[in-house]
Amino acid sequence: MTKQLSVFLENRAGRVNTLLEILKENDINILSMTIADTGEFGVVRMITDDIKKALNALNDAGMIVSETRVIAIEVLDEAGGLYDATKLLSENDINIEYMYSAVRSAQGRAVIIMRVDDISKAEKIISEHENGVRLTQIK
Amino acid sequence: MLYYEESIETMPREELKKLQSERLSALVKRVYEKSSFYKNAFDQANIKPEDIKSVDDIVKLPFTVKADLRDNYPFGMFSADLKDIIRIHASSGTTGKPTVVGYTKNDITMWAKCAARSLVCAGANPDSIVQVAYGYGLFTGGLGLHYGAEELGAAVIPMSGGNTSKQLMLMHDFQATQLACTPSYANYLGEALRESGADMSEIKLKSGIFGGEPWSEGLRKSIEKKLNIKAYDIYGLSEIMGPGVAIECCEQNGLHIWEDNFIAEIIDPDTLEPVNEGEEGELVITTITKEGIPLIRYRTRDISKITYEKCACGRTHARIARVKARTDDMLIIRGVNVYPSQIESVLLTIDEVEPNYNIIVTREGTLDMMEILVELNEKFDFDKIASLEALSKTIAAKLHSVLGIHSKIKLVEPHSISRFEGKATRVDDRRGKE
Repeated sequence: MTKQLSVFLENRAGRVNTLLEILKENDINILSMTIADTGEFGVVRMITDDIKKALNALNDAGMIVSETRVIAIEVLDEAGGLYDATKLLSENDINIEYMYSAVRSAQGRAVIIMRVDDISKAEKIISEHENGVRLTQIK
Repeated sequence: MLYYEESIETMPREELKKLQSERLSALVKRVYEKSSFYKNAFDQANIKPEDIKSVDDIVKLPFTVKADLRDNYPFGMFSADLKDIIRIHASSGTTGKPTVVGYTKNDITMWAKCAARSLVCAGANPDSIVQVAYGYGLFTGGLGLHYGAEELGAAVIPMSGGNTSKQLMLMHDFQATQLACTPSYANYLGEALRESGADMSEIKLKSGIFGGEPWSEGLRKSIEKKLNIKAYDIYGLSEIMGPGVAIECCEQNGLHIWEDNFIAEIIDPDTLEPVNEGEEGELVITTITKEGIPLIRYRTRDISKITYEKCACGRTHARIARVKARTDDMLIIRGVNVYPSQIESVLLTIDEVEPNYNIIVTREGTLDMMEILVELNEKFDFDKIASLEALSKTIAAKLHSVLGIHSKIKLVEPHSISRFEGKATRVDDRRGKE
């Protein structure tokens, strides 16, 4: 299991910049990040090198931030690599709420972050599985 | 301490009515002599001061409206000589000239006594420490409660509005027992107090005296929970006097209006005819003891109702219902009457949002559009976009069921809507301004 930070931001100029400024000032590195946006607001999801520090810094700045449990998986960095993972989850009736790829990938492998509806089941299935898909940690 | 002036506050109603009648007929004579405005108004309505013998004759008298004060800016409505005026207050006057109110020495004493009675109703006594966080200055809130607390013999912390961290520090260090400010600022102070992580056992606040703007029962509960106090609604308006015209007692079943100084009526704002006891309408007040600027049948634009039944607290003075709305605040959107307080009460039923909101009204073509900005709170799992969208829909649906019209909900970050140290202004009506 990996811990991700989610930050609610209004969809207007300067908000992402403010967020990144706070992280910079607190010397927090972003390992992986994505922004989901609607017309009105955006949710920034990211994995940082120090989640507690990031959480405190953003809370102190009055931002609305929460910790979300996600899974990080490694798949083969080749055609069909990610399909192996989604097939596995689909066959076991696990719903993927969202996913995005991480900034850093291990050699020959891609790292994908997923929020799923049943984390422990997903982790169990992936760890028991013996092809290219496996759980990993982002560091 | 049960009462501040027991013999007056519990005076039998027949005696109270007799006192009002004497004071009303004296007032009518006085303004007819002293105020050219009222002399003209009476002459035009064919009324002679002698026609007013009892309080029942009040319906013969013409109304006074806010525009009369503006038209006679600054001192044209005064019934006292300027040499006898010892203080002048003025309304915020966001539209045009402010309305100006002058007080004689007797007026200030009367006001202080009404405010002292009101403080006692709200649980204060001479041992109390009253933190006045209403604005001091031209606005009547600060000085009104200040003089009231001093008259009572309590200790006043004259904080005025703003400087929230110092408010909280002195509330703690000086062991304030009462807080007086606008309800929106009280809620903000409560929010800030909780966020500061203060040890609530070290906060000695017992009750709050809140007014100056209409507020909902939901906001009352929110303030009571955050500050761990009992919140009392105080009523007043600068044209009449300031805070302390009426106040809730321990029963919290309406606000006692101090009838030895004020005659209250409820009228239908369209026909201007009095409505029956208990029916809703516009509150109209006649000041029967004021000298500086007594007003006759002043239309407050506040929607209320009245009951003359004796209260369980023992006071005989009539009770007006909590003012939920001012006719001034009413928005007409696609032909439907909307009061900001209705929106507030809906938001207070939804745990995921704060009762801080802004209403933006625009016109697209010929259609009025209402957008409501609502602050999300930290409790909500916003990581799933679908749950955010579902929340917007829930709020819109709840509002629709209360207001009968559709509104667009925009969820915004916590603390992004400005907090008000004085009266909250939540409506931005851009129709006709674009």
